[in-house]
Amino acid sequence: MKGIHSSFMLELSAGRKVRNCAAQILISLAALLAIVPLVFVFVHVIKSGMPALNLAFFTSLPSPVGQSGGGMANSLIGSLILVVFGTVIGIPIGVFGGVFLSEYGKGKIAFFMRFSVDLLTSVPSIVVGLYIYSMVVVPTKTFSAYAGGLALSILMFPFVVKTTEEVLRLIPQHIREAGLALGIPRWRVIVSIVLKGAIPSVTTGILLGIARIAGETAPLLFTAFGNRFWPHGLNEPMPSLPVQIYSYAISPFEEWHKQAWAGALLLMSMVFLFNLVARLLLFRDKSGHN
Amino acid sequence: MKRREVRWSDLLFFNSLRALALLIILVFISIFVFLYISSAETFNTIGWKFFILQDWSTNGGRFGALAFIYGTVLSSLIAILLATPVSVGSALFLTEIGPRVLRRPVQMLIELLAAIPSVVYGLWAIFVLAPFVKDHIQPVLRGMTPGLELFQGPPFGLGLFTSGLVLAIMITPTITAICVEVFRSIPLIYREGAKALGATTWETIRLAVLGPGLAGIFSAVILGLGRAMGETMAVTMVIGNRADISASLFSPAATMSSVIANEYGEASAGLHLSSLSAIGLTLLLVSMVVNGFARVVIWRVTRGAR
Amino acid sequence: MVQKELVLSIKDLHAGFGSAEIVKGISMDIHRQDLVALIGPSGCGKSTFLRCLNRLHEETEGAWVRGKAELFQQDLYERGADPVEIRSKIGMVFQKPNPFPSMSIYDNVAAGLTIRGIKKRSYVADVVEYCLKQAALWEEVKDKLKAPGTSLSGGQQQRLCIARTLAINPPVILMDEPTSALDPISTAKIEELITELRKQVTIIIVTHNMQQAARISDKTAFFLLGELIEYGATSEVFTTPREKKTESYITGRFG
Repeated sequence: MKGIHSSFMLELSAGRKVRNCAAQILISLAALLAIVPLVFVFVHVIKSGMPALNLAFFTSLPSPVGQSGGGMANSLIGSLILVVFGTVIGIPIGVFGGVFLSEYGKGKIAFFMRFSVDLLTSVPSIVVGLYIYSMVVVPTKTFSAYAGGLALSILMFPFVVKTTEEVLRLIPQHIREAGLALGIPRWRVIVSIVLKGAIPSVTTGILLGIARIAGETAPLLFTAFGNRFWPHGLNEPMPSLPVQIYSYAISPFEEWHKQAWAGALLLMSMVFLFNLVARLLLFRDKSGHN
Repeated sequence: MKRREVRWSDLLFFNSLRALALLIILVFISIFVFLYISSAETFNTIGWKFFILQDWSTNGGRFGALAFIYGTVLSSLIAILLATPVSVGSALFLTEIGPRVLRRPVQMLIELLAAIPSVVYGLWAIFVLAPFVKDHIQPVLRGMTPGLELFQGPPFGLGLFTSGLVLAIMITPTITAICVEVFRSIPLIYREGAKALGATTWETIRLAVLGPGLAGIFSAVILGLGRAMGETMAVTMVIGNRADISASLFSPAATMSSVIANEYGEASAGLHLSSLSAIGLTLLLVSMVVNGFARVVIWRVTRGAR
Repeated sequence: MVQKELVLSIKDLHAGFGSAEIVKGISMDIHRQDLVALIGPSGCGKSTFLRCLNRLHEETEGAWVRGKAELFQQDLYERGADPVEIRSKIGMVFQKPNPFPSMSIYDNVAAGLTIRGIKKRSYVADVVEYCLKQAALWEEVKDKLKAPGTSLSGGQQQRLCIARTLAINPPVILMDEPTSALDPISTAKIEELITELRKQVTIIIVTHNMQQAARISDKTAFFLLGELIEYGATSEVFTTPREKKTESYITGRFG
């Protein structure tokens, strides 16, 4: 190798050192930049939301334009109804859909289902609103909690299917075989052994799914629509927290802006709480096994 | 007798699940069917020209989607242009250079960013981000590039640029998460190979992380693009909602999703309603293609590494 | 016998992870153009020891090193010593061939030069050709230099990695079981290549395969449980070992 190059050429030049340093600083700055908006949003929502987040906010109906006070009690109940409705439909479809993919996941139907679920997770939520509008609202001729809940369930179940399938696949095959060898029917093995053992992780998926749909606005705009009064039945327009925040935010009234911030603070806290509980559950489950 | 019972119950269980699977497939297909039916009038009367007509006039009964396609494409492009360097950098921080005690908390914070509802981002963008853009970003950009029409426009703070900015914040967690996954799936031996050649940390990243991870990064960006295009609320709240194609990034515009969110609840005329559905169908198809493509690439990248 | 120039001098080197000590006070001298084989049962610390010599060991989480290792009288572990500089002088070939998957054969060999800003085309091309010839790979790849490095067979990939290391012209090359992932024919080619290279470079090779150590090395170090049991001329270590433990290992009683 003599004569090709001497090792002084290979020494760590100042340029390389500088470049290395600069790159590492830039990378760290990028990470910082990624979490800065979180801090800004968080701080601002708390600061602007706290003042209006009083008892009346939780117990009163929205006050008419020009009057101060009032609350979002009806939207809170409406959101609760919609999310429960969406969850009640979404969970069984999601969990058992996941069971089908993990336990009977070969064959044509499973293939097409997996394909559908994968692509369903990428359907823009506003499009789900359009879909439910033409499928439910047009025939029934009314915006309703049914329509809103159904829209939310369609956004929820693909996510639950995927997490359930993933979780069940982690359960070793020999556990299933052990059950079958005892003469237990397959469906009982799946339900009482496989699924039961995975309850914490499946619940995590469900909670994350709930957190997701609780903040959805776009699919509710023309399914559940909105309402400034107490909800009376499922077959009428249903108010919800996110939609209420939206309509207040784009309104020109200062008083409503305050209410929007309070609503945002509440919504964000709930979503974070669900995320936190979901993570804790997963964490406890993991540390319990070790 | 008993055996028969056992088999019967298994069969029932299996067939119920299969029925459920068929239902899910049916839901998926019916989305296209319903959207197509409700947009049929537009495709029958306007035809494919719908996509190149720029005029959108509810009162005049003229409907063309071009302005919205333009708005969606441009706001999403701004979003990925801003979000990609930040996301790739964050992922490198989380996998390569960040102090180990910081990695987990930072990753959790970035994940939390993904959990904030779109409408909350929108609210924040209206009252905090838009004024900031108006007062601090637009004047600076305009001052630096006198005469460049891209950065001129009315000083409202609402428009394509602000939308792109809030979208960038929203898709950063998505792109970061996938990049982290991609970088972690690259075997350690390449990094060691680079280091053994006398590469600095940055050179090691270039040789053994960014190089092998390029396809993965690309698909992460495409997936972010897909999310940005379908995102509705935050954009609707800050884009200004005007069906215009303007050379300036700071003038009000509209996207496919924002026009649906704004007008669908109030639309009554048949053609108006069906044109909005047609835009929805277009958005759906584009999202499918973009996401499907990104997923195939990711699947191939992470599988190939194993 | 004339004593050749001292290249590496290791003095009481300890290394490990966390509370586990894997290398327990190794001292050994390595001279110019020595071909030293490190043998011993798995887990005896020979790979960790090797990775201490180019400061790669410390890149793993929880790793620590104590003691001295001098390259040409310069302590690798002294304050201010830059591992990046050290690795320019001590190359390494790994157990599993690891050509950069996104790069062509040509770019893989040139990688060590391009990261250092050496980009003059004709010069780099000369070095690539020279190193590929040295690694006995030129004839097989000269028509497809633009093909991805990973398109080669396992043995070819390993020779590509050797060429990549040669391109930075290090006086010392470390090899960590370079043939353990290869078939017998590729192994023979690599061994042939190693015996050719030793005329110019000092090579330290970790091997599981005692026949390989006997075939190619001129000095052998026997490691056991983190300690250097015996270090001497290969012919002596294999025929008349001084230590009982060496004898037991070589005759196959454990390991």
